[in-house]
Formats: sequence, C-alpha cells, structure tokens
Amino acid sequence: MAKLDLSQKLAILSDAARYDASCASSGTTRRDSRDGKGLGSTEGSGICHAYAPDGRCISLLKILMTNFCIYDCAYCINRVSSNVQRARFSVDEVVQLTIEFYRRNYIEGLFLSSGIIQSPDTTMSDMLRIAKRLREVENFRGYIHLKTIPDAAPELIEQAGLYADRLSINVELPTDNSVKAYAPEKNPATIRKAMDDVKTRKAIAAEKSYTGKRGKRFVPAGQSTQMIVGADGSTDATILGQSTRLYGDYKLKRVYYSAFSPIPDATVKLPLIKPPLVREHRLYQADWLLRFYGFGVEEITAARPDGNLDLDVDPKLAWALQNRALFPMDVNKASKDMLLRVPGFGTRTVGRILSTRRHRSLRYEDLLRMGASLKKARAFITARDWTPGALTDSAKLRAKFAPPPEQLSFF
Amino acid sequence: MYTVPLPRIGTDIAWRDAAKRLISAGVSPDDVLWDFGAEMGELFATATPLPPPTRRIKAPQSFVQMADTVIWHKDPQRFGRLYALLWRLRHEQGLMQDRADPQLAKLRQMEKGVHRCKHKMKAFVRFRDLRQGGDRRSFAAWFEPTHHTVEPTAPFFARRFADMDWMIATPDVTAQFVDGNLSFHPGQPKPDLPEDAAEALWGTYFCNIFNPARLKVQAMTSQMPKKYWKNLPEAAHIRSLIEGAEAKVQEMRDNAPTLPPVRAERITKRLRGDED
Ligand code: SF4
Repeated sequence: MAKLDLSQKLAILSDAARYDASCASSGTTRRDSRDGKGLGSTEGSGICHAYAPDGRCISLLKILMTNFCIYDCAYCINRVSSNVQRARFSVDEVVQLTIEFYRRNYIEGLFLSSGIIQSPDTTMSDMLRIAKRLREVENFRGYIHLKTIPDAAPELIEQAGLYADRLSINVELPTDNSVKAYAPEKNPATIRKAMDDVKTRKAIAAEKSYTGKRGKRFVPAGQSTQMIVGADGSTDATILGQSTRLYGDYKLKRVYYSAFSPIPDATVKLPLIKPPLVREHRLYQADWLLRFYGFGVEEITAARPDGNLDLDVDPKLAWALQNRALFPMDVNKASKDMLLRVPGFGTRTVGRILSTRRHRSLRYEDLLRMGASLKKARAFITARDWTPGALTDSAKLRAKFAPPPEQLSFF
Repeated sequence: MYTVPLPRIGTDIAWRDAAKRLISAGVSPDDVLWDFGAEMGELFATATPLPPPTRRIKAPQSFVQMADTVIWHKDPQRFGRLYALLWRLRHEQGLMQDRADPQLAKLRQMEKGVHRCKHKMKAFVRFRDLRQGGDRRSFAAWFEPTHHTVEPTAPFFARRFADMDWMIATPDVTAQFVDGNLSFHPGQPKPDLPEDAAEALWGTYFCNIFNPARLKVQAMTSQMPKKYWKNLPEAAHIRSLIEGAEAKVQEMRDNAPTLPPVRAERITKRLRGDED
C-alpha cells in the first residue's frame, strides 16, 4: 500500500467522521489568550464557521484518529468487515492540523474520535496524547471534544475529562437488543457505566470548588451521546423514552439523533434506505419540547397509535390539534406554562408576552412584532382584537398545516 | 438646528457624547442632523457647537446596550432613530419593556441585524499566513461585512488570536493587531494576499465532512448566504458537491456488498471468543 499523504489521510478520516452529528462548541468555560501565551478562546456560544451542502454546521475539525477498527458494528463504515480504505494520523499530524486550521479561523477546535485499534485502552491513550499535546505544549485554549471509548479504563476517561470541554459516548441504538444485534462487540451496560462515571466525576469536581479549593475543571461542557434513527425498528416513543432516561440518569447535555445514512461498502444486514431526515427533525423538535417546554413523552407520542411522531406537522402542533378543548388561549391571561404550549410561540415570544402585558393588553399586531408565528398560533389564541371563531374546532384545521397529499399523475 | 459630525472610527463614543449633550439641553429630535463620516458634505455643515454637558443623563441599561449595537448598523437613520427613542424615554417609563412598540421594534430588529453580522464575521473571516518570519506569526484577511461591524468585533479576534499578529482589511474599516495592540484604520481596496496551502487542506475537509445522502442546500444557504461565498475558500467546492451528490449515493446503493477482508474473521473470532 502506497504511503498516504496528509491530504489523503484527511479525506479518509473526515469522511469516516461525518456520521457523528454533533459539532457543538458551546457551553464551556470562558477562556481567552489575551496574556499572549497561548492560542484560542471560548465564549459561551459556539460558532459555526461554515455550512456544508447537507445543511450541517461545521464548527470543529471532526476527524477520526484512525478508521482501523476491530469491532464490527453493522451501521458503521469503519467496521472490521468493511473494505473501506484505512488510514491513521500521527499525533503530530492531528495537532498541526488543528492548530493551523484554528489560526486561520476555520474552526473552534477539535472533535476527535477513533476506531478501536488493538484495544480500547491503547486507543484511548493515543487520543489522550493528542489532547495533552494540544493543551500543554501548544497552549491551545479552543474547544476539544473527545469521543470516549466506553471500554477504556476509567482512569483514562478521567484524564480525558481534564483536557476536554466535552466527552461523548454514543449509545448508538435506542435499545439494548438493537445494540446486541448490530454492534455485537459493544455492551450497553458498559456504555452506561462509562456515562455514569463521567457524571460522578463531574459532580465531584464541582463540589470541590465550593470548599474554596477549586478542583480541576472536568468536562465543563458536559457529556453528550448519539442515537442512530431508522436502522432498527424502534419507534419514536421508544427513542424519546430512552432520551428522557439518558437526560435524567446521566445529566447529558444533548442527545443527538442521526438519521441512518447510506454508507459506502454497506453490509447486507442493513438495507440502504434514504435517510429519514424528516423523522430526525421531528425527534429534535420533540426533544426540545421535552426539555424546555414542559411536555412529557406520553403527551407527545400519544397522537398516533403506532408510537411514532406525525411527520406532516411538528409535534407541538400535533399535540394542540389533539387537545383542542384547551384552546383558544387568552394571551392576556394564560399562564406561562400554557403559553408555552401554543403552536407558533417560542420561549422568547412567551417571555416578551409576559413582560409586555404587565403594561397593557395585547393585540394581534403586537404578537406579530414579538416574533410569534401567527400562521400557526392564530387558531389557538385570543387577543384583545382577535378571536379565532370556529377556526379552533374546524375539521379542516389540520389540513391547513399538513402538506397537501402528493399529486397523482398518470403513468 | 444642530449638525453633528460622527467619525467612521469611534462612532459609538462620539454619538453617545453628542446625544447626552443634546438631551440635557432639551434639543428635540427634529432639530438634529447626524452626519456620519462627513457624507453630507459642506452643504449641511454648521458651526453651531454642541451644548455643554450640563447634567448627568440617565437612560435604562437596556437602551444603552441596544444603542451600543445599533450604532454599527448601516442604515443612515440609525442615529436619529436612537435619539428619538432616547427622547421618548425621558417621559415614557416602561417603554423598553414594550416589545410591541413599533419604534422600539424597529431598533430591536436593527440590533438583531448587527448581532447577526458580528456573528457572521466571527465565523467567516479567513486568515492567510503571511509567512513573514520573526517571533510572532502574522496573518491577514479580507472581509466584506454588511454593517459597520469591524470595530465592535475586532476585540473578539484580539482575545482569540493574541499570540499572533493579524489584520482584517475591509472596504469600511481595517483592524490591525500588532504585538498585542489593536488599532483601526480607514478601509481599503482588497489587498493581494499570498496563497496559503492550508486552504487546499481545508477544502479537502469541507468536501469529505459533507454527507451526500443528506443534501439540504436551503439549510446551508440560510446560514451561509451566498454574499459571503466569494471570500470563503471552501465555497468554491459547493457547486460540484451538490451536483455530484446524487450520483455518489446511487453508487453506494448499486455497489453489491463486498466480501469482508480476510483479517476481519480472525479479529472478530478472537474478540467474540474472549467473551465466552
Ligand atoms: S467501534 Fe463500531 S462504531 Fe466505532 S468505529 Fe468501530 S465499527 Fe465503527
């Protein structure tokens, strides 16, 4: 095999990394390099430095250290049984790429993951060498996200947490049975144990800082995970149930949903479907409602008997259409919790409604200026000069929002 | 009638100083003309000196913050609009909380535009290595902002790239950071910057991180509008990525599953053998 140059390696190892949905660089501690002794800063909200034609944000240099892997996960391009071309970066190469990209303002930092070579511990140690070099030799103060290898020794994961802003461990599939079927070398219990260790370690680090002596910062941007959607038969109710448990049990910052996407050199075990992008989108919306709008999983998934979200309308609208008896809601009187349930009102709009109605009562026009999407909201609210009349209960209401059925044509 | 000249560099401080003086002297918004960057020319120049700052003016913190941002908007009416709101704030308490007041809503919208422009500048400036040798490395970029955002955004770059020298040249204002000192200079035409080999690597990354099976062009352009593309080296690849996407996915589908490499079986056996 001819020796690969840096550009060829970069092509292979970023291609292999693109199935990880996360590219977030937000929520970590504020750092800068004003002292002139280092490079980089983080300021709370992340920055998307570019967008690819798949609509995804490019914030980090997202690469694999190597795509050699001894595991055989059916959905993964790097599995041992695939014939994809293999490559491996040296520590130096990853460090240089990160620093040089960063200096040109292409990226916020590095998201490093890896196939498993030799053993989980060896792999994790090699990744740590990269993170350590960046922090201690290059004085890099930008963002680092490390995808941890769940089977690696806890000491290694603990060290990773001291260099990284974020750690992630992918649960990969929504149920233990699916993991067994499609990622036979992975063990769901080990994955959960690793997430639990990170949570505990983070809690300990936080505690120390209250006793006055500040413990070393441990993954300030928290941990996240990813679930592949559409590779197995799990319903949205199952998926969202799993997310709720993950958020609760391990204090995860984010659960990412990744629509199962065709990969080169796929296995016979998984058919190459079109990635269910709308479903992925609805799951993110539902996830949002669960975390910030006070909805429960049962409420969101009750609309359909098959346990899946309605693909035609967003989950909040679907819920409102199912619960029309609660509407229309008076924007001048309704409680915050109820306002949050109005389709077309975001958390910001609700905040603005609450602060303005202290001074005067609101009209339809006012809501427009506050950024509400009245196309959706109008059927569900009353305002000083607005009532939806029979609209709320109209049998045709759903059809107004759902895309028209596909036109039939002769064939 | 007062005509207030406002410089292109340091606009925020000059506007605030003038507004304070005018408000404290009770000058109505109708009697003030704001002249940014001497755009009005001789015709409107008046020698009327601004009234002295007689008393301390109080304005809600939320107004001050909003003004600090709106000042950098490109709309020539921004100064007048801000002053008119400040004028109303003398008597209308709670005005800043009224999210539906049309004048305030307009200013909030302008504020949002500037925020967005600042954000896009942080994202889309692309430095090139000037390869000048010396202790500190030095880089330069050409950027075309929508609003006058170089000045309020440059400190971000100073916090981030403090161990190198850099310049961000724009048609509006040019920011320079040398040996830890930030300075601003008049805008300039696009300079000739040396080629930088890192751009090819960045392009390679951009092409390969893209997943052709998830084409969503609209989602890309809404976040990375076309007007920025000419100064983004990676944007040169966008067209061919879009055009080639479908064929790539089809190829993945058409390719029959291959036989696993020989080593796979050996490795898998060993791994699974370990478990039982
Ligand atoms: S462990 Fe599984 S998912 Fe991870 S790289 Fe290897 S084959 Fe892919």
